Amino acid sequence: MESNVIEIRVRKQMLTAHGLMDLVVETTVEMGKLVVLFGDSGAGKTTLLRILAGLTNPDEGFIRFGQTIWLDSEKKINVPPQKRNISLMFQDYALFPNMSVEENITFAQPKSNLNEAEDLLRLLGLAELRKRKPSGLSGGQKQRVALARALARKPKMLLLDEPLSSLDAEMRILLQDEIEKVHREWGITTIMVTHDLNEVFRLASQVIHLENGIIKRAGTPESVFSDTSISGKVQITGQIVHINQQSVVNIVTVVSGHNQIIKVIAFDSDLENLKLGDQVMVFSKAFNPIINKLE
Amino acid sequence: MNSEFVQTLWLTFKLAASTTAILLLVGLPFARWLAYTRVRVKPVIEALVSMPMVLPPSVIGYYMLVVYSPHNWFGDWLGRGFDVRLAFSFEGVLIASVIFSLPFMVQPLQNGLRALPNSLREASYTLGKSKATTFFRVLLPNIKPSVITAVALTFAHTIGEFGIVLMVGGNMPGETRVASIAIYDEVQALNFEAANSYALILFLISLVLLTTIYSVNKKHDSWRVM
Repeated sequence: MESNVIEIRVRKQMLTAHGLMDLVVETTVEMGKLVVLFGDSGAGKTTLLRILAGLTNPDEGFIRFGQTIWLDSEKKINVPPQKRNISLMFQDYALFPNMSVEENITFAQPKSNLNEAEDLLRLLGLAELRKRKPSGLSGGQKQRVALARALARKPKMLLLDEPLSSLDAEMRILLQDEIEKVHREWGITTIMVTHDLNEVFRLASQVIHLENGIIKRAGTPESVFSDTSISGKVQITGQIVHINQQSVVNIVTVVSGHNQIIKVIAFDSDLENLKLGDQVMVFSKAFNPIINKLE
Repeated sequence: MNSEFVQTLWLTFKLAASTTAILLLVGLPFARWLAYTRVRVKPVIEALVSMPMVLPPSVIGYYMLVVYSPHNWFGDWLGRGFDVRLAFSFEGVLIASVIFSLPFMVQPLQNGLRALPNSLREASYTLGKSKATTFFRVLLPNIKPSVITAVALTFAHTIGEFGIVLMVGGNMPGETRVASIAIYDEVQALNFEAANSYALILFLISLVLLTTIYSVNKKHDSWRVM
């Protein structure tokens, strides 16, 4: 039994907008890695996080965290969330409305430690807001408090459900740095749900791409999202925001995660499977950039 | 007359305060259980809790008398074992009053808890906090308006009780004669002045309590959880 991996085998029937769906996940995650769960909404990402947290029970399954068994439906073992030593950052933040920013953080600490709370407040730019109640915070501020609170618990595993979705580009990059830094320094195994490809490439050492409840692909970001045949030296991922069709060539405008705007020339044949909103990769191959739709 | 007046009001207050205190202790854990349980018989239990709101007080009063009766095993056991007789005693009225006011305590608390997003409870659990810590430090402080409503409503409802006190307790000065019964009694004795004093006091207390409930709910409307 490998003691430095998290073994996950779960099956759960879910009711989605498109009817019944089976979430079937079998994978292993190396401890200390930052893993991204990627996929469309309704693919089962949040449910998988909740199963890992112990908040949702799968129909059957087995989860081993290192040498500790968290779940074994055959042996009727199911460690409650309190005993799993995890933190889950909720999509709706779930900040405690009766507590100030500071109190939300100190409540999460296993042992009260004001210095550490202070560090977290400063790290996430919340020092000025410490006495505010959550109802007086903007979406982005709430998200930062939720992240600070999740870290304050000093978890062995950090589960983040779209942690940066409502931040502006600047704050998002700042917090990506912080997540990366915290992850590197503390060595917390982190599993993060995101829709943002930029975040995937920026942070993830492993990607699990879920589609309709099953793992479509898994591996490093490059192996999951890039064609292995590409030998390009530069790769940028982003989203198509504009297509200008002209008589000879077409100009496709792509915005990458850092709000970087790239204009790429595409031929009619390239445009056949491209449309507005597509996630694409722009890569340079020999001379000119080429645009390609991501699987 | 004057000392009797004070005694009756004191007894009314004592009954309402004791009922509210007991119901708060019983109602909090019970409402918590009812809010989150998934047992199949939940609708039956909820219906039983709400029965006092639809049944005439005389029905509950009748059953309480049957239970308290020495002809019944429970009343017999209390009488023989502990020399306690509940019928026509303050304690008997108190127990009946607790049962009768149960929905007024449990329902606001249960609704308050149900209105909180589940993620608050779950977040506290994932932060390693026990169910008890979660309840007292996360859930309860966030349903303060519901707690105030439940307490004020229970208190006001107990003060307003008439039928069940009359059935179970009768009209014994200093023991079971509360203000609502005193009014009835004084009117029958054509003693309108005394009836008027009791009535005015009950009217004012109830008005203050209900105004408190409505102003608390109004104040917290904008304060609701995200």
